[in-house]
Amino acid sequence: MKYVDEYRDGALARKVAAAIAAAADPQRSYAFMEFCGGHTHAISRYGLEDLLPGNVRMVHGPGCPVCVLPIGRIDMAIALASRPEVTLCTYGDLMRVPGSRGSSLLRAKAAGADIRMVYSTLDALAIAQAEPQRQVVFLAIGFETTTPPTALAIRIAASKQLSNFSVFCNHVLTPPAIRGILDHPDVDAGAVPQLDGFIGPAHVSAVIGSNAFAEFAERFRKPVVVAGFEPLDVMQSILMLIQQVNDGRHQVENQYVRAVTPEGNQIAQAEVASYFELRDSFEWRGFGRVPASGLRLKAEYAAFDAERRFEIEEVSAPDNPACECGAILRGVKRPTDCKLFGTACTPETPMGSCMVSSEGACAAHWTYGRFRDHARRVA
Amino acid sequence: MSSRIKHRKLDLKDGRVDLAHGSGGRAMAHLIAELFQPSLDNDWLRRGNDQAAFDVAGGRMVITTDGYVVSPLFFPGGDIGSLAVHGTINDIAMSGAKPLYLSAAFIIEEGFPLRDLQRIADSMGAASRAAGVPVVTGDTKVVERGKADGVFITTTGVGVVPAGLDLSAQQAQVGDKVLLSGTIGDHGVAVMSQRQNLAFETSIVSDSAALHGLVAAMVAAAPQALRVMRDPTRGGLAATLNELAQQSGVGFRLDEQQLPVRPEVAAACELLGLDPLYVANEGKLVAVVAGDAADSVLAAMRAHPLGRDAALIGEVVEDDHRFVQMTTSFGGGRIVDWLSGEQLPRIC
Ligand code: SF4
Repeated sequence: MKYVDEYRDGALARKVAAAIAAAADPQRSYAFMEFCGGHTHAISRYGLEDLLPGNVRMVHGPGCPVCVLPIGRIDMAIALASRPEVTLCTYGDLMRVPGSRGSSLLRAKAAGADIRMVYSTLDALAIAQAEPQRQVVFLAIGFETTTPPTALAIRIAASKQLSNFSVFCNHVLTPPAIRGILDHPDVDAGAVPQLDGFIGPAHVSAVIGSNAFAEFAERFRKPVVVAGFEPLDVMQSILMLIQQVNDGRHQVENQYVRAVTPEGNQIAQAEVASYFELRDSFEWRGFGRVPASGLRLKAEYAAFDAERRFEIEEVSAPDNPACECGAILRGVKRPTDCKLFGTACTPETPMGSCMVSSEGACAAHWTYGRFRDHARRVA
Repeated sequence: MSSRIKHRKLDLKDGRVDLAHGSGGRAMAHLIAELFQPSLDNDWLRRGNDQAAFDVAGGRMVITTDGYVVSPLFFPGGDIGSLAVHGTINDIAMSGAKPLYLSAAFIIEEGFPLRDLQRIADSMGAASRAAGVPVVTGDTKVVERGKADGVFITTTGVGVVPAGLDLSAQQAQVGDKVLLSGTIGDHGVAVMSQRQNLAFETSIVSDSAALHGLVAAMVAAAPQALRVMRDPTRGGLAATLNELAQQSGVGFRLDEQQLPVRPEVAAACELLGLDPLYVANEGKLVAVVAGDAADSVLAAMRAHPLGRDAALIGEVVEDDHRFVQMTTSFGGGRIVDWLSGEQLPRIC
């Protein structure tokens, strides 16, 4: 796997680290948000924080599909799965996300609900074909990268006239979430640490194109650098962000040219547009309802929409008041600001969604980085 | 296990195990005589008793037992039969002991093809002969269809510890070095590559192997320097080191750059969103040895075919939190934590 190794070269990383140290102005500090959970994971997994000067801080963003799913949607999924005729197919991570009152899909499964872990939408489709007597519902989550495969599954289901397959759609969009962060009332109230720029998503940008972030450079005057998921990509994009800040520029730059074009993948976009439409608004954990931020199936494909097929009510449920996931997802707090972190809440007993997925800020800090807290306390 | 009973031959080509094969009657005698006996043949089995008797030398003996439920039963580089021999031999060998004898108990699902059962028994026989550790007694049970997944095997092993050797999990000390006998993740990735919903093309084969020869070479090199050895199976190297850190009350610091990982394994893990540190091995050992003897033990390991890629991967450090920490290939630091839940492919 030579291709990957090139982007994990330790010697090269130290060179970029030296360039960052040289570029960073000691008179000021820098705070950049990496939007994507994939970047959060790379930063923690490779210990990149240790390679950055003390005045350059990375703030974890909301780009973790498991993390941003609100409790209400988990409750809806549990309600769906509890119907005797339904087989709910889901990614493994979602099983452990806490719903209301200590519930989770894992508990519902133990109590008898037919919930199966799958690795892709097509696995769910295969179950629907193999078991025509079951109503197979795929719990679809994710940003713009995971939507095209869901569209493909619906295309296949429609062409085979499968009457026992549907999708519980929770697909969300990246740009409205960034807007949600920058427009949040906390920002005006000064409760939010100033963000000096964004590392733009990797795979999402391959689909929607880097132009999708122009608004943040223009309207919000924030530098954006679209970056790949390899650790060296992240380091290089941090250097590019620092240079933009130092130059007083705010542009969309593309570090990930090997995969991302300004326009993105138009075939995938067209595929999505033929099956999905925007919801007026969608609830995000930590953000509340965000306008035009979620997708649902178009009316022509209503038969494949689990929400309509089973006429389930939209529910909204409050977060566990002690869990700070909401504020963490908006970059306002850090995992260690939460009183439950590492005490009541660990990956074995997650109290919030950010502790479940390996891309969640709490799980990443617990799994890879918590030794720094102890080191800090000792020092 | 007598072979002197007259009967119709077993249909080893198309036949299947049925409940009668586990009933204790004639059908079971046929199965043993025609299938297990030839595959596993040795003096003890040939005597046909319900137990095996053997002389014991003085000194300390070790005994271990392990159940094997691998799915799929056959995978690149091995099968449940060879695994059941290697795994139990390795558990004995990790004490520094010389493994002597094995027993094997089979739980077979009704309807299981005799052809597959023979393949498994043959592979067990070959593995035990190659290791010089005979399967001297056994048991067969058949359960109804749906009550097992093809075949489950439990093997028990006994061995003797060379005089003066005392390896144990509490003995890792600050300043000790950590040696790893070769590449990690091969077995887990080879097995996963065969799973139905994860099928992908790969040339990776399981590292399943009996490690007592390698252990003997290490013991010969520096018997007093060996503190503890483990074979990092389920949970991978990460689980093994976290266990040792807890049991010895120390921390570990690893150097990612020294960790041997095959490029194909790294690529497959990348694809599946796995970390080789958490993937199972079946033919590797990790040894904690006194710092000043690390080089000589490492040289002895590298001189053995199963330790060719051996590496010094880290050291034992003082740590009240018993963290396993690692300097990444990038020069940053991270924890190598216990695995929580199952390792699952990434979803986006
Ligand atoms: S530590 Fe747990 S409870 Fe606290 S914010 Fe993170 S996920 Fe929520």
